[in-house]
Amino acid sequence: MTEIFGIPVAVILGQLTLGLVNGSFYAMLSLGLAVIFGLMGVVNFAHGAFYALGAFAALLGLQWLGVNYWAALVLSPLAVGLLGILVERLFLRQLYKLDPLYGLLMTFGLALVIEGSLHQFFGASGRSYPVPAALGGVINLGFMILPIYRAWVIVVSIAVCFTTWFVIERTRLGATLRAATENAPLLQAFGVNVPLLVVATYGGGVALAALAGVLSAPVILVTSQMGSSLVIIVFAVVVIGGMGSILGAIVSGLALGVVEGFTKVIYPEASNIVVFVIMALVLILRPAGLFGKA
Amino acid sequence: MRTASVFYALAGLFALCVPLLGIYPVFMMKLLCFAMFACAYNLLLGFSGMLSFGHAAFFGSAAYASAWLATARGWGTVPAMLTGVAVSAFLGLVVGVIAIRRRGIYFAMITLALAQLIYFVCLEAPFTGGENGLQGVPRGSLFGVLQLKSDVVMYYLVLGAFLAEFAVIRRVVQSPFGQVLKAVRDNELRAVSLGYDINRYRLVAFVLSAALAGLAGSLKALVLGFATLSDVQQANSGEVILMTLLGGTGTFFGPVIGAAIVVTLQEYLSDIVGGWVTVIIGAVFIACVLAFRRGIVGELAALRPRRSSTSHDGGT
Repeated sequence: MTEIFGIPVAVILGQLTLGLVNGSFYAMLSLGLAVIFGLMGVVNFAHGAFYALGAFAALLGLQWLGVNYWAALVLSPLAVGLLGILVERLFLRQLYKLDPLYGLLMTFGLALVIEGSLHQFFGASGRSYPVPAALGGVINLGFMILPIYRAWVIVVSIAVCFTTWFVIERTRLGATLRAATENAPLLQAFGVNVPLLVVATYGGGVALAALAGVLSAPVILVTSQMGSSLVIIVFAVVVIGGMGSILGAIVSGLALGVVEGFTKVIYPEASNIVVFVIMALVLILRPAGLFGKA
Repeated sequence: MRTASVFYALAGLFALCVPLLGIYPVFMMKLLCFAMFACAYNLLLGFSGMLSFGHAAFFGSAAYASAWLATARGWGTVPAMLTGVAVSAFLGLVVGVIAIRRRGIYFAMITLALAQLIYFVCLEAPFTGGENGLQGVPRGSLFGVLQLKSDVVMYYLVLGAFLAEFAVIRRVVQSPFGQVLKAVRDNELRAVSLGYDINRYRLVAFVLSAALAGLAGSLKALVLGFATLSDVQQANSGEVILMTLLGGTGTFFGPVIGAAIVVTLQEYLSDIVGGWVTVIIGAVFIACVLAFRRGIVGELAALRPRRSSTSHDGGT
């Protein structure tokens, strides 16, 4: 068996795909966070809680109603997105005129409510979601064995991320969205319904988090706390990528997942903190983030 | 100012008499430790306008440092405590240097991420006891004279530390240095154009706040006899924000009231509603942000007829 630095290549490649899977989730979450922040100026602390809700919606849909994985991929983000719309209408809307820090604090409280409720209803122990039959099994690539589901997660999330990027950067809808980010009152004066745009963006960003939750359900244990530490990593990813940058969020999400995977091979003790260390270094060298403008 | 003086006199009298009133002293000590933590936090959020989302890192690291020195190294109470404070001040310096490069929302996210880093260090370092934390921290004695094993003696030590910290914060805020901090908070560009090196002021405020939070953490480790991951984790950072916000940011006494409410809720409500406490705390958070941004003391101050020289920071 081939080895690099005394570590079998297959192990490195295995950790690399696992890192890419994690990176896919980072990318999807930080993308939603970046879009929401760009338009609304709200750092959505509840993003991790919505991610957990997405996974729980899929799990409970399967257990209670027999909703299969494929339907959950559509229905769960839809349901969570609607909840997000409700949150925007009821709470966030009142905070736009204030310091953005209030949005952060409000969504922090919301995350506590959502995660606390999930904990109370479904307990602390993790639940597993079965890998759908069509995506079970592995492919033998010769140099490594690749579980099909992991490949699926990576492909789907890259497709979703770049579709979102395309919509925002290359279509008319995206142009309107960017215009609203630049100058909302002016856009409204042109007759665009900005409040509708805002609520749709929040719903969409939150639905993206829920989609990541459904995708992750078969590869991790579904718990009420699954998003609470993830959201902090995603914050660091967004700081590294540069807050306003869509592409920055996607690229740095994937890249940091891979870096984390490699760290697990080389120096496992540091794998939990490597993203934060990189964030500190980036802030010292390039305070605006890798893709951000100063 | 008359109402404020009467209020302080009554609060002081109550605090002095606590051991006579039959209130569980350990509970009061815990409350005072968190009140110190919230006051230290308020120096940053309320008077300097920086929202740190990682203050548990300073509280917790000082708790761990003092607990480790007192148990594994057999240090005396005072040196262990002071070293704990030094550790949190040093971490405050490191985190502060990195975080003050950005403002507002970014500052919050960066402090959160760096605090998470410190959390993982506390979880994985060989001398922190992992998931169990450090247990059985001896209280020792004060300069070899006063045995702190007695809850009453310990209570007066904690009360003394609290009063000292409260006085220090008041003094700092009312000093020329504090005036500059408030100027930076209210209008950063103007402070810059007046020639102040604002990053230096912000950094000093951050380190001071971290050190005072550390003092609270060290004391808490001695009072309860343990330092655990819950001292250093994100939920604790969130709670200190809530205490400050609920009591009133930028008021002197607000954080004390906020801490009293949150600690009491956690202590007594959890017996009644169990795990729902987290949900209730989250709901209080949302209510505070939506309807109650000035906090209890802030709202009360706003009810009072305005004095001729209106001071934003209130007397209470």
